[in-house]
Amino acid sequence: MLDKTSIAKRIAQEIKNGFYVNLGIGIPTLVANYIREDIEVEFQSENGVLGMGPFPFEGEEDADIINAGKQTITALPGASFFDSALSFSMIRGKHVDLTILGAMEVAENGDIANWKIPGKMVKGMGGAMDLVASAENIIVAMMHTNKAGESKLLKKCSLPLTGVGCVKKIVTNLAFLEIVEGGFKLVERAPGVSVETIRKATEGNLIITGEVPEMKI
Amino acid sequence: MNKKVKNASVALEGVTHNMTLMLGGFGLCGIPENAISELVNKEIGGLTCISNNAGVDDFGLGLLLKKHQIKKMIASYVGENNEFERQMLSGELEVDLIPQGTLAELCRAAQSGFPAIFTPAGYGTEIAEGKEVREFDGKMYVLEHAFKADFAFVKAWKGDSAGNLIFKGTAKNFNFNMCGAANITVAEVEELVPLGELHPNEIHVPGIFVQRIFQGTDYEKRIEQRTTRKKE
Repeated sequence: MLDKTSIAKRIAQEIKNGFYVNLGIGIPTLVANYIREDIEVEFQSENGVLGMGPFPFEGEEDADIINAGKQTITALPGASFFDSALSFSMIRGKHVDLTILGAMEVAENGDIANWKIPGKMVKGMGGAMDLVASAENIIVAMMHTNKAGESKLLKKCSLPLTGVGCVKKIVTNLAFLEIVEGGFKLVERAPGVSVETIRKATEGNLIITGEVPEMKI
Repeated sequence: MNKKVKNASVALEGVTHNMTLMLGGFGLCGIPENAISELVNKEIGGLTCISNNAGVDDFGLGLLLKKHQIKKMIASYVGENNEFERQMLSGELEVDLIPQGTLAELCRAAQSGFPAIFTPAGYGTEIAEGKEVREFDGKMYVLEHAFKADFAFVKAWKGDSAGNLIFKGTAKNFNFNMCGAANITVAEVEELVPLGELHPNEIHVPGIFVQRIFQGTDYEKRIEQRTTRKKE
């Protein structure tokens, strides 16, 4: 079974040389720490920075340089700042190559729910609806089941949707899956996790073809 | 053309109860601190505020919420604010949540003279319910109408009396898109410099989009999430 760090490491393997990447809050943020050193990648944050760098050194924080999580950050050489409309032009216009975000639920047709739980305080969708509606390449980082052990990979989302038919790949604590015609295709198992365990934890249709390899972290 | 006014009090002349206001900023980054303070001072209520976020309990738009001056909030993300939550759950505050990219584009549409836009964001979700949708090249889009606002309050780093503006870092955010998107745009700046000091090559917002500009004071520029690393 993977912990959050290992989920981030596995997702990092999907990032290719030359990619512009938007990272969501939570596990996706960790992905930045595990990019291969021999490739060039630039991170976009939707509040208006491309070429986002690490946190500043103590004492060098600048209130005017933050990421979408409102954390103080730095800008790397070659970075740029821009307005919110232009930021979403990068996203909607498919100039950003990859979007990595978290989810509460994903359905076997690629629907995603990650912004609202009825009856609980609704904080808003932020940029999530724009990101999922526009990006061609979306990887979801999530736990396979909730705290009660119920599957979060469903036939149909029970929560209000963020976007329809948009998720392509999912990395959970149990597996790496792709959304294909007909359901969740099991691509890799997390180390030490059996196909049977994944099957039990997946409510949506799980497609298994041949031997399923164990992922390499 | 001279757009310079003496202070926030003069800059807010004409702002009255029940108006619709745009306020720049992302989180607390680049918010028009002086205009917000002055709205509190002037006790202008019944406001509809268009802003990406709603501040925190004791800063930003939270200051207006505390005084019950906001009737309706149009935003993309409103966490980080207990008073907001209380007013929303009790029904005192009306809230319209809009995807962030749509929010930005509806400002830009208002700025640019477009009555509406088609966006893919929110298609198939509850926020598109009752809205016109249309297919373009096999993909579905939702029709969203441009904002109409009485005043836009923006904050820039530097500006001149002609209303030209330059932003710093990620404080450009919605400030840039709200300039010229309301009937009157009021810009407050950290440094109001003499005409001619800002090189035309450097200007982000041309003065034509700004009707009033003033030298802001006492900027707190609060950091919401102070994250750092140690020097090795």
